[in-house]
Amino acid sequence: MPRLPAPPLPKILQPKPKRPGEERNGAGPVSPVEAGITVVDWIDERTSLSPALRWLLFRKVPRGINWFYTLGSATMFAFLSQAVTGVFLAMYYRPDASGGAYESVRYITDDAFLGQFVRAMHKWGASVMIILIFLHMARVFFFGAYKYPRELTWIIGVTLLILTLAMGFTGYLLPFDQRSYWATIVGVNINAGGPLIGPYLADFLRAGPEFGATTLSRFYAIHMLLIPGAIVALIGAHLYLVTKLGISAPPWLKVNAEPESDQSEV
Amino acid sequence: MNQAEKEAYLREYSILKNEGKPFFPYAVAKDAVMAAITIGVIIYLALMFGAELGPKADPTTTTYVPRPDWYFFFLFEVLRVMKNVPMFTPMATIGVPTICMILLFLLPFYDRSPERRIERRPIALAAGLATIFAIAFLTYSGANTGSPNSVDMKPPSSFTAEQVATFNAGKLVVGQSGCLACHTIGDNGNNGPGPPLTHIGSIRSAAAIASTLRNPTPPMPSFKGLAQQYPQKFQNLVNFLSELQ
Repeated sequence: MPRLPAPPLPKILQPKPKRPGEERNGAGPVSPVEAGITVVDWIDERTSLSPALRWLLFRKVPRGINWFYTLGSATMFAFLSQAVTGVFLAMYYRPDASGGAYESVRYITDDAFLGQFVRAMHKWGASVMIILIFLHMARVFFFGAYKYPRELTWIIGVTLLILTLAMGFTGYLLPFDQRSYWATIVGVNINAGGPLIGPYLADFLRAGPEFGATTLSRFYAIHMLLIPGAIVALIGAHLYLVTKLGISAPPWLKVNAEPESDQSEV
Repeated sequence: MNQAEKEAYLREYSILKNEGKPFFPYAVAKDAVMAAITIGVIIYLALMFGAELGPKADPTTTTYVPRPDWYFFFLFEVLRVMKNVPMFTPMATIGVPTICMILLFLLPFYDRSPERRIERRPIALAAGLATIFAIAFLTYSGANTGSPNSVDMKPPSSFTAEQVATFNAGKLVVGQSGCLACHTIGDNGNNGPGPPLTHIGSIRSAAAIASTLRNPTPPMPSFKGLAQQYPQKFQNLVNFLSELQ
């Protein structure tokens, strides 16, 4: 059927010509589908973290990895446990050498809800962490994992070992009972006998030539700010290097003598 | 390791790595099990043994044994042995623990062989096992050293019955006062920071000993409090020390 010519409508009333790419059948323009907006995508769009996460999680670990390889991460979990219990202890602890420190630890031990449990976890967690860090070091030593290219990882690890022992030393004073007080005096005196920096280190720890009122708060600051900060940073560096260089293969493993199949798989 | 050995290692390692499984979830699963065991052990120890709190720190009386946590026993034992055995005394002054620490740091730089299998690294194996046995032995003997709270000494046979009585009474006070934390008396106690007291009676008079106990040079604690509260104990202490000829 022939169509009649359209009446000469004014321009603003005429239907707009279709834009290129618009649907022919008269439906409205297709709205571009918003890609799934989840919290993860929102964060990833702004940080581009997903490649890093993929790099961290989906890297391959050599075959033959056994339970000895979990000692390092177990040490880290012991440290995390120390951090969490330490935060709760710090909520009640007062580094006051004139009696407040002992009184606050007595309050934690005897009165606070689950206080003795959290304090005991912190106390025994220290021992567990030290055992694990020594076992981890023994594993690395006997597997020759400190050799090229992982020398720097080893050095950072030894620093972490010394910092962990320093945590044990500085934390021992904090309950401020007789045992911790006198053990720390002897310990600092031993430090003073060390070569070269020994006397300076002892003066730094005591906040002067004598054990005084500020010594306790200094030990507290070192124990809960200085060393944990350094440990967190060094664990980060340690993990970065482990991820970057790859977990060392068990030393007894040899490459399978079938390079052809390897080639084809790649 | 020379350049060729380094490259050979990297090549072999990249093949071994490619044959492996992804870190997540395979290694993560093992780590998670181990983390659960670790936390479980910590909770078990916390529930079983708890955390005790000793008497409040009192800088004026040293009636308490300075004991470090068990993981420092080996270090304290090393220092005790080095100070008390004349053969090792020069080693104490150059800081053997410091040297061990430096050796530990520099391990990858002096052990440069490419061999990683422990059965083909006899020196490393021997050194590693020797270190483990040394630390275990020192921790054990550090844990079992005689308590600094008791003096194991017999009065000389020339003493009269009265002298023996003051000797034994004073011996008890010395043990209770923790003198042995810093002084040696015969075979007992730690050598340092204080001077040995084995022959103090022939060096100082009883009056001089008593005045030193009241007004000592730091870091020695003052026993003025003891002299005021328990004059008899203080007298026993002075008598015992002046009998150490």
